[in-house]
Amino acid sequence: MFERTRRELLRDLGLAVMAAGSVDTAAAQHVHQMAAEDSEATGGVYKPKVFTTHEYATLERLTDLILPPEGNLPGARVAGAAVWIDMLAAVNAELAEIYTGGLARLDDSMRARSGEDFISAPPAAQTAYLDVIAYRKNKSDETAADIVFFDWARRMTVDAFYTSKIGVKALDYRGNTPQSKYQVPVEAMDYALRKSGFA
Amino acid sequence: MAQVTRSSPVYDVVVIGSGAGGGTVTKVLADLGVSVVLLEAGPMLHPGQDFKEHMWAYDVWHRGVGPHAEGYFGRSPFTFNATYGGPHIEGEPYTVAPGSEFSWFRSRILGGRTNHYGRISLRFSDYDFKPYSTDGLGADWPITYDEISPYYDKAESFIGVTGTKEGIRSAPDGIFQTPAPMRVHDILVKKAGAKLGIPVIASRQAVITRPTNGRPPCHYCGQCGRGCVTASNYASSYVQIFPAMKTGRVKVITGAMARELLTDHAGKVKAVSYVDKATRTEQQIRCRTVVLAASSCESARLLLNSKSPRHPNGLANSSGAVGHYLTDTVASAGMTGFIPALAGMPHYNSDGYGVHAYIPWWLYDKKDKEFPRGYHIEFGGGFPMPAVGALQGVCRRHEGYGASLQKAVHEEYGATVGFGGRGEMIPNKNCYFEIDPDVVDQWGIPVPRFHWQWSEYELKQADHMQKTFRDLIEAMGGTVIGDRRGSGEARRISRGGAVIHELGTVSMGNDPKTRPLNKYCQAHDVKNLFVADAGPFVSNSDKNPTLTIIALAWRTAEYMAEEMRKGNV
Repeated sequence: MFERTRRELLRDLGLAVMAAGSVDTAAAQHVHQMAAEDSEATGGVYKPKVFTTHEYATLERLTDLILPPEGNLPGARVAGAAVWIDMLAAVNAELAEIYTGGLARLDDSMRARSGEDFISAPPAAQTAYLDVIAYRKNKSDETAADIVFFDWARRMTVDAFYTSKIGVKALDYRGNTPQSKYQVPVEAMDYALRKSGFA
Repeated sequence: MAQVTRSSPVYDVVVIGSGAGGGTVTKVLADLGVSVVLLEAGPMLHPGQDFKEHMWAYDVWHRGVGPHAEGYFGRSPFTFNATYGGPHIEGEPYTVAPGSEFSWFRSRILGGRTNHYGRISLRFSDYDFKPYSTDGLGADWPITYDEISPYYDKAESFIGVTGTKEGIRSAPDGIFQTPAPMRVHDILVKKAGAKLGIPVIASRQAVITRPTNGRPPCHYCGQCGRGCVTASNYASSYVQIFPAMKTGRVKVITGAMARELLTDHAGKVKAVSYVDKATRTEQQIRCRTVVLAASSCESARLLLNSKSPRHPNGLANSSGAVGHYLTDTVASAGMTGFIPALAGMPHYNSDGYGVHAYIPWWLYDKKDKEFPRGYHIEFGGGFPMPAVGALQGVCRRHEGYGASLQKAVHEEYGATVGFGGRGEMIPNKNCYFEIDPDVVDQWGIPVPRFHWQWSEYELKQADHMQKTFRDLIEAMGGTVIGDRRGSGEARRISRGGAVIHELGTVSMGNDPKTRPLNKYCQAHDVKNLFVADAGPFVSNSDKNPTLTIIALAWRTAEYMAEEMRKGNV
């Protein structure tokens, strides 16, 4: 079902719409234009609009720690989470500040712990610190700012990843496709009824 | 007050607003051979540009957060919503009195909110028209269920509504199309409800499952709110107005913000003054009859702004009731349950259309409730299309990162059921709006100032909803994971206006001293003025208002046409 392209979807819908007597080619054009903008932004080597090379590398690393490759699917870095965050930071100064400030502070904290900034520290040192700042319960005067920033990075990485083409596959969402009939698979129903005890 | 320009042509009927009410009046009048000019404050609807159906989040660079990332800072950009509008419209403010909270959603596009609404189409019950007779609160409607029932029939037959005949008093049966089957989580809720004595029945949605009036059936993509490219659900734009335009009897003027109704010496409306937004100039259109269908508060605002020496309190307002009896639907904080029986279930395409099942009010015969009236419950689950923000609950609850976070995401996806209540508010004297003397919008039109206060009735009802949600989740073997209710009223109940069922501000009643409209939604004071949105509602039953707006508007249009034929208006 995932191999079904947007073009096929729109072609099928085009037929349905024509059957209804109100042909609408503008819809297809609109969608294609949006998709083109998207690939232009993410295709090839991305040049950050807001972040320095160092900040951007740190952010990419952070996003891939939050959602690493899973099974045969790539993680948040390849899915373009850092690109997306940079593009949004470019249109919202408050967001840009959250990230530039948060990344600088993260480096400070890492230097205090291990003498190196985040990206230069060994992976084990990186995850050891994330094990602290990924949880609200570890809040202290020293960690509070990093915890707040990590929460931003996590929620935006999750949003970026699961709304990407890779993320849609990772979530195994099977819809957004026209169907002539709505059916609930017997195996899904049986599974839940059996497990619920209602069967 | 503006002077009427005498040279322009005189139209039979001017309808102001193109949502469920305006669309219905336009369609019915056009079918009866009457010419209509339809004014819409927003632009023409172009489904190709305006509808977002079948788009993936990644088809838009910001994925729905908004072109200024505003979604992360508390302002939803409604990126994938077919309606242009929201509680914030640039240049069109409103004010809220100190101590009150109120949110006013406006739509600015042909078809208004019907382009995006939930399509839930519930008939009011017999007792919903007689609330005062039932419990001594509020007021009775000047009409009965039997009087409106034939118009529910017409509305359902024409727009198409799914459902099954159930014989439940709080959910009167109608003319239904075959509904899509219940999803897996719906069946679990139904089984849990059976344990608790709570009915769970097929939802009644303005969606067609067989070809209807040239419209092909639903293709089950689950994106009704984005605008349906096959016109398989109801929106006044493509179901009523576009076909009506083809009769040649309907002229649509878009970008027309009505500002004042102008009257003649006899006190009848003779012209509508509006601002042409493109040129920011005042225009007038002369008419024999006018229908206000601009939404309850916009219609009331227009009446209050139509002041003249003959109508010092505004037009059609000798009762002083215009702007009063404002109500919204009661909702408590939604509650989400994690249902282990659903975890690990084989994934399937659960898109369908909106909700496939709902819980009608079931305690209407219970005498010793802690609150008057009742509510129905809407609930959702399944495997929704990935969207920005959809997994924030998982992030909040599980925190962490890496494999443990991914595990939590997979485990919860498809395994949660969220519940929301929709209850009836009792009109009270603290909920109304007036014209703010200090503020005008960018068109120079004075704006509403809202006053709002829930009463104990609604707060207790919201508490009862919470208890029911919890009971249902636990009866399914689940645990509550999304109870975000804290202390204080703000988190105990929805903000006024938040459910976008604000209505009642130009209400019906037999006594001209207390209510602005008669039983045909015709102004007592001004015979050629009708209202066809939810302004005429005397009460705001737990049923979503749209189907009743359509039925009432249909009846009003037929009455109007007959009165025009007889020369009475």
